[in-house]
Amino acid sequence: MRIIGFLLRKEFSQIFRNKSILALIIVMPVMQLIILPLAADYEVKNINLAVIDNDHSTYSQRLISKITASGYFKLAGYNASFKDAFALIESDKADLILEIPQHFEKNLIRENKQQVFIAVNAINGTKANLGGAYLAGILRNYNADLRLQLISPSKVDPLPVIEITSSNWFNAYMNYRVFMVPGILAILVTMIGGFLSALNIVKEKEVGTIEQINVTPIKKHHFILGKLIPFWVLGNVVFTVGLLVSWLIYGIIPVGNLLVLYGFIWVYLLAILGFGLLISTYCETQQQAMFIMFFFMMIFILMGGLFTSIDAMPPWAQLIAKFNPATYLIEVMRMVILKGSHLRDVLPHLGKVFLFAIVLNTWAVINYKKTT
Amino acid sequence: MQEIVIKTNKLTKRFGDFIAADQITFDVSKGEIFGFLGANGAGKTTAMRMLCGLSLPSSGEATIAGFDIYKQTEEIKKNIGYMSQKFSLYEDLTILENIRFFGGIYGLSNAQLKYKSEELLTELGLEKEAKKLVGSLPLGWKQKLSFSVAIIHEPKIVFLDEPTGGVDPLTRRQFWDLIYKASDKGITIFVTTHYMDEAEYCNRISIMVDGKIEALDSPANLKKIFQSESMDDVFYQLARGAKRSD
Repeated sequence: MRIIGFLLRKEFSQIFRNKSILALIIVMPVMQLIILPLAADYEVKNINLAVIDNDHSTYSQRLISKITASGYFKLAGYNASFKDAFALIESDKADLILEIPQHFEKNLIRENKQQVFIAVNAINGTKANLGGAYLAGILRNYNADLRLQLISPSKVDPLPVIEITSSNWFNAYMNYRVFMVPGILAILVTMIGGFLSALNIVKEKEVGTIEQINVTPIKKHHFILGKLIPFWVLGNVVFTVGLLVSWLIYGIIPVGNLLVLYGFIWVYLLAILGFGLLISTYCETQQQAMFIMFFFMMIFILMGGLFTSIDAMPPWAQLIAKFNPATYLIEVMRMVILKGSHLRDVLPHLGKVFLFAIVLNTWAVINYKKTT
Repeated sequence: MQEIVIKTNKLTKRFGDFIAADQITFDVSKGEIFGFLGANGAGKTTAMRMLCGLSLPSSGEATIAGFDIYKQTEEIKKNIGYMSQKFSLYEDLTILENIRFFGGIYGLSNAQLKYKSEELLTELGLEKEAKKLVGSLPLGWKQKLSFSVAIIHEPKIVFLDEPTGGVDPLTRRQFWDLIYKASDKGITIFVTTHYMDEAEYCNRISIMVDGKIEALDSPANLKKIFQSESMDDVFYQLARGAKRSD
């Protein structure tokens, strides 16, 4: 125990002496938590729409103003022909074309039936899909309005209509930020923990101080623990700062028990720090460690369910996600913070992360060789 | 008969096809100052790393302070000190913090640590600099500090890998004073160097060429054998035949 005390004292002296790193550890997450959730937004707005109105009637005007009034669309062009409108798509100035045919109004009133044409630029799939769906929704709405106006309700055959009403649970206003902030905080904790630990032992290798350690009778697990504990403490600091930021700026207060959240983070940090240490035992230079860590971070971020739902991934990708510790943290963060899940709900996650911690740290201790 | 503290028998280290250290055999007695000479790339550092338990030999045998070099590396580490070619104290810790850290992981008690660090600082005349970062010290001081830290736990043997590289003559002189003091306390000194005047300070020296020990005796005897006026000349005669260098 005394040996670990000496190691900890040394690590903390070094950490507190390196003011710039310390500032980065605190300032970076705050900045990212402030900026990222505002930008990483799934709601598609500002869809550029080109309209070809071949009818120039009151009805077609009404439709167009209804669309622009929705707030999702920006009128990028009001063109005379499809060719002109298509040029806008080609030059990326428009995402959607709505073509209103001739005699739109006449046919609507006389024949009770009309078609409009929508062309979608599908290069940006999400934008195109959602844009098309929004537009269809507006048209449906417009249609219903018309029916009420044109035909007195009594005359209408009572068409069987299933109207869907829904209520949103856990995130009542479907606020995207509420969904993203816990996930981004999870990634921040992962990144800071992973990079700090991955670079640390490698730095000692580069500078040559590890040689002086290896020639002492120090036990391997003491050395690893001496590295693990300081970063574990730092990870907790970052996490706490992150929770405060999400409370102060986004008003997010965890619905669930804070202790469950911290309990999970405690185990999770052991896992991710163990992973960093493992990488550092395999690398000789900080550059190598940096690149390898970066490679895994990309996977952790993109395959952890932060942006895209894991359930929607192909089976092989779901398998990878299962071996991604960040997956569990992101999920638990959302469960506890948004839904108020209890300890028993997150126990399976906790078990898996605990297993990661054990395996990765044991591996790191074994692979750290004092004698080569 | 003096107690033997380092005993090697055909100690060899291979890296693939390259034989860095080739069947090295020698003994070092307690309290001796043993000079380990050789051109760059002759295999000195490799041999020394094996003796310190940092690197496992490919074949051959050796005991350090009575412990086997294969099976008891951790026991060996309790009984030796090591100062590598590369300066390896923590530059972002103060002098005192470095002393306490290394003393601490060698298992010194608090009382011992206090006594030792005071003694060490006085001996080096660094009392006023105790709270300065090691990185801010001139190289000569760093080297002296590094040596003192390497023997803080009073090991049986201390291994010094080119301890005076890049240091001015005056500081080298002071460094050797420290070595003599340690030797007087009964610590065996195993030192590599490129300075032939330093070789003269040793009780016995060995000269390595291409991974093999080509000569081993006291400086006076070596000069006699090679019919030379100086150690410089002895070294030239042996090293001239070397096929590898860096």
